[in-house]
Amino acid sequence: MGWRLALRPYVLIVPALLLTCGILYPFGLGLYYTLFDFSASKPQPDMVRFENYETVFTQEAFWNSAWVTVLYAVGAAAVETVLGVTVALLLHRSTIVGRVLEKILILPLMIAPVIAAIIWKLMLQPSVGVINYLLRPFGLGGVQWTDTPTGALLSSIAVDVWVYTPFVAILALAGLRSLPTSPFEAAAVDGAGWWYTFRRLTLPMLWPYVLVAVIFRFMDSLKVFDIIYALTEGGPGDSTVVLQIRAYLEAIRFQRYSFGISYTIVLWAVVYLAAMVLVKHLGKIQRKAAEVSAK
Amino acid sequence: MDMHVHDRRRFLALTAAAAATPLLAACGAGFGGDDSKSDGSAADDVTGSFDWKREKGTTVKALLNKHPYTDALIADLKSFTEKTGIKVEYDVFPEDNYFDKLTVDLSSGRASYDVFMLGAYMVWQYGPPGWLEDLGPWMRNSSATGSEWDQADFFPNLLQADQWSLKAGAPLGQGGQYALPWGWETNVVAYNTDVFKKLGLKPAETFDELRELARTIKRKAPGAGFDGMYGIAVRGSRSWATIHPGFMTMYARNGLKDFTVEGGKLTPAMNSPEAVAFTEDWAGMVKQGGPPSWTSYTWYQCSSDLGAKKAGMLFDADTAAYFQAVEGASPASGKIAFHPGPKGPDGSLATNMWIWSLGMNAKSKKKSASWLFLQWATGKEHLLKSAITHNHIDPVRRSIADDGAYKDKMKHLPGFIETFETVVDQTKIQFTPQAQFFDATTSWASALQEIYGGQGAKSVLDGLAGDLADKVG
Repeated sequence: MGWRLALRPYVLIVPALLLTCGILYPFGLGLYYTLFDFSASKPQPDMVRFENYETVFTQEAFWNSAWVTVLYAVGAAAVETVLGVTVALLLHRSTIVGRVLEKILILPLMIAPVIAAIIWKLMLQPSVGVINYLLRPFGLGGVQWTDTPTGALLSSIAVDVWVYTPFVAILALAGLRSLPTSPFEAAAVDGAGWWYTFRRLTLPMLWPYVLVAVIFRFMDSLKVFDIIYALTEGGPGDSTVVLQIRAYLEAIRFQRYSFGISYTIVLWAVVYLAAMVLVKHLGKIQRKAAEVSAK
Repeated sequence: MDMHVHDRRRFLALTAAAAATPLLAACGAGFGGDDSKSDGSAADDVTGSFDWKREKGTTVKALLNKHPYTDALIADLKSFTEKTGIKVEYDVFPEDNYFDKLTVDLSSGRASYDVFMLGAYMVWQYGPPGWLEDLGPWMRNSSATGSEWDQADFFPNLLQADQWSLKAGAPLGQGGQYALPWGWETNVVAYNTDVFKKLGLKPAETFDELRELARTIKRKAPGAGFDGMYGIAVRGSRSWATIHPGFMTMYARNGLKDFTVEGGKLTPAMNSPEAVAFTEDWAGMVKQGGPPSWTSYTWYQCSSDLGAKKAGMLFDADTAAYFQAVEGASPASGKIAFHPGPKGPDGSLATNMWIWSLGMNAKSKKKSASWLFLQWATGKEHLLKSAITHNHIDPVRRSIADDGAYKDKMKHLPGFIETFETVVDQTKIQFTPQAQFFDATTSWASALQEIYGGQGAKSVLDGLAGDLADKVG
């Protein structure tokens, strides 16, 4: 083997290696900083080992934020999945209206989430917002959407759903259009009804696509910052202070850098573990889907 | 084949080591870069007679917040360049992310900006880490500072607001001068004269009257031709900025403290029985006479509601009302009047202030030129021009507040000058200086939202005080 041929694999992995270093360097540095009490008031800090993590886990504020984060992520991902798949099923039968709707559906994805949140903040404004204006004929014109803890959380989830449901719908629609036609033809010949076909054929074969969307949306929702911050700033009270907002406040606003990074490292661990579990599940689902399409 | 595997392992090990080198180097480099310090001020290097042209040809970089005061400054920058030969490059950021940008920039230890806008509260955060240049030596050096700058002309409470010893709990007005007052705001009540006239109301002289007034306007104004009008606009978002205008002003007028200081130790006092009662009353006032969706209210919503005739009163910065009151600025312009606001039980008109100041980066490599810029920007000539030809109002200098042309400009706003003159000497920073100010006040705003939402004021404020005791104690 010539030396050029022998060297080729090493040269080819250089971009990946550089990318890996670009990811690992700041990550490692951040991890290292969490072992110190580094803050604006202590620019030459002492090593405190795992004290920042101990403080994080013993804070009531952390558990409140963790709970809000999980509620938000599960709520947003669940609603987006159900709505996204429903929309995809409705658009699957290709009509002119369907094709037009497909194009409109993608619009929210073209808007930065923070802009979407600001638009929704105006629309949800109780006295001049369009939502209450539309609800007024039904006697519901005085709702203070983001003034209560539940209202603020649900409003934030609603904005997330508005922005990201099209993403799930597009993935599900792509999945639907790539399913093999023969099992459906066989089911039709056998006289299977719509519900039976959906439950026994469409859904099992579609699951891998849906699960990919769920993984993306769940992981993204765990890391949410922009939508909530623009809509509620974490309020009222601490009701919508998710882990990302807590980390931002600690690290940037209050300048407790090590402590703020500790929050993000904990969040990273949660997202990583959740992703691992979901990806493992995805493998099983893919195998089952393959079995159904092979029948 | 073995050799090949061995090579690959060796290659990966070497690459990993190379990748780890900067990481290890960064670990060894410490935090925030260069920590070399000098006890002497760069001001001592300036000798000889004062000369505006001393730094001719230098370029100073400024970080500015989008604000009418900034517009006035930018409009007059040419004068500065003509006077000094110094060029000013600037970046302007909106207020929502201005301070994040400034904080990140200063904490990086670079000197990307030589001068910048900041508030007095920021001195408590940026001062202790050594990010701000002490301007005291520059002010005292007659070679660096022209005699016409006239330090005695500043309202003394404003200069003191930017002066601190960097010790938590220590009063302002001692220690280093970490910024210079440039433009400020005093927190008073502005009201819609139309609705007051129609409903036969008078501005409140006590807090009880203010609460009653807010309720009355919300109840009666919509039926009197002011569709959708509520009583009083005050800030409510989950931010430190909610606490410092109307709330802290009325809190201070009631003789209440945020912290008590004994032997340099700070103890949270926002859960004292009197503070709990006041906070409960404030939240009640907002609930019964305040804006819908109050928990998202920033100064901007408050100000625009007054201008849009949605709010009968505004208890906030006088400038927030002024920008709606000037001719043609809003539907309510010409119908907005000013009043000092309710007095405390003992007649106190203690008022909290916001002060836009100008500071210098301690890491700046162009301190002499930067000081000339600060001197010019806070000098009589520029500030008078900005006050008269632009909207740089609430002068930091007594000579401008007393200037005939300035008074002529402001006299069409009912009560503005009288209100300013009534509260100016009693306006100061009412908070206890300490580095955790932003954490404390953000948590305080969060507590206020919870009380507004129906939670018990005592338990919420006890929780807040307990949490803060560990952080500031």
